Amino acid sequence: MTTTLCTDEQVFGRSAGLTEARMHYCPGCTHGLIHRLVAETLEELDVLDRTVGVCPVGCAVFAYDYFNIDMIQASHGRAPAVATGAKRAVPDAVVFTYQGDGDLASIGMAEIVHAAARGEKITVVFINNSLYGMTGGQMAPTTLVGQATTTSPLGRDPGLAGYPIRVSELLATLDGAVYITRQAVGSPKAVQATKRALRTAFQVQLDGKGFSLVEILSSCPTWWGQSPREALTWTETGMAAQYPLGVVKDTTGSGTE
Amino acid sequence: MAYVVINKERCKACLLCTEFCPRQCLGVDAQMNSRGFHSAALLHPEKCTGCRICALMCPDVCIDVYREAKAEPVGGKAKA
Repeated sequence: MTTTLCTDEQVFGRSAGLTEARMHYCPGCTHGLIHRLVAETLEELDVLDRTVGVCPVGCAVFAYDYFNIDMIQASHGRAPAVATGAKRAVPDAVVFTYQGDGDLASIGMAEIVHAAARGEKITVVFINNSLYGMTGGQMAPTTLVGQATTTSPLGRDPGLAGYPIRVSELLATLDGAVYITRQAVGSPKAVQATKRALRTAFQVQLDGKGFSLVEILSSCPTWWGQSPREALTWTETGMAAQYPLGVVKDTTGSGTE
Repeated sequence: MAYVVINKERCKACLLCTEFCPRQCLGVDAQMNSRGFHSAALLHPEKCTGCRICALMCPDVCIDVYREAKAEPVGGKAKA
C-alpha cells in the first residue's frame, strides 16, 4: 500500500488489527475511526489472536471484513446473546460486540439489558448516531426531540414518538454492569479519551470483573445533511446536551476516568 | 522534518484531516482517484510537524505519518 521511504521513523500507521480492505462507510462517517481505535486497543493489549468480535445489523454489518480478528455476524440486535455464548464457551477469549443504536437500543434492547444484568464478561462498543443509517435515516429510539429524520420530517414529536433513551444511564442501574462510559469522537482530544475508555473497558473484561460498555457519540453526515466537520461538531454540542459525556458507572474500584 | 503519506485510493475526500490540521498543510488533490474522489494531499510539506492529528481524525485510516531520521553528525542538520 503506502511507500516507506528510507529510514524515516514511522510515528503513525495502520493497526495490525485492521485488514487492508477499503471500508464502505460514507465519507466522513466515524465508524472507520472507531474501528481503528478498537483495533489499536486490542493490538496494544496483545490480544488480537484471542479476540472474537460480534457484528451487528446496520451500517457496521460488514465489520468482519475490516477487523483482522475472528468475527461473528449476529442477527439484528442479538449480538450480546451471541457474545454471551462465545464468552462462556471460550472464557479465555476476549469477546466484544460492535453495535449501533438501531441494533442495540431498539430491536436488541432485551438482549443488551439481560446481558448487562447477568454481568456477562463481555465488552460492548455502542455507536450512537441518533438514527438508523443503513436503512435510510429513519427515527431511532435515540433520536433527539425535534430532530428531523426521514420518518419524522418535522422533527421528533415526543407526544407521538416519545423520548430518546439514554442507554448508558439505563444499563448503569444494573448490578452486573461494572464499567459504563459515554464518549465522543468530535475532536482529537475526544478521540484520545475514547481510546482510553476502550482500553479500560477491555481491561475490565481481561480482569474478569464483569460487563463493560463504551457508548460513542458518532456522526452521520449523510442523514443529518451536514458536512463531516459540522456533523462532528453536532455530536459534541447538540447530542452531548442530551447524552452527557463521561463515565456513567465505574465499580471496578480502580478509579479510572 | 516530518511528512504524511496518504493512501489516495482509500481516501473518500471527507477532508476532516484538512479541517483539523493545525498548520494547514493539507489540501485537495488535483487528480481524482479511481472512485472519483479528489483525495486529500500534502500540499505544504514544509509546514508539517508530524503531529498526527490528521491521522487521528481520518475515518478511513489512510494516513501514515513519518518523521525524518536524524542526520548523522557529519554535515547533519543544525536546526533543532
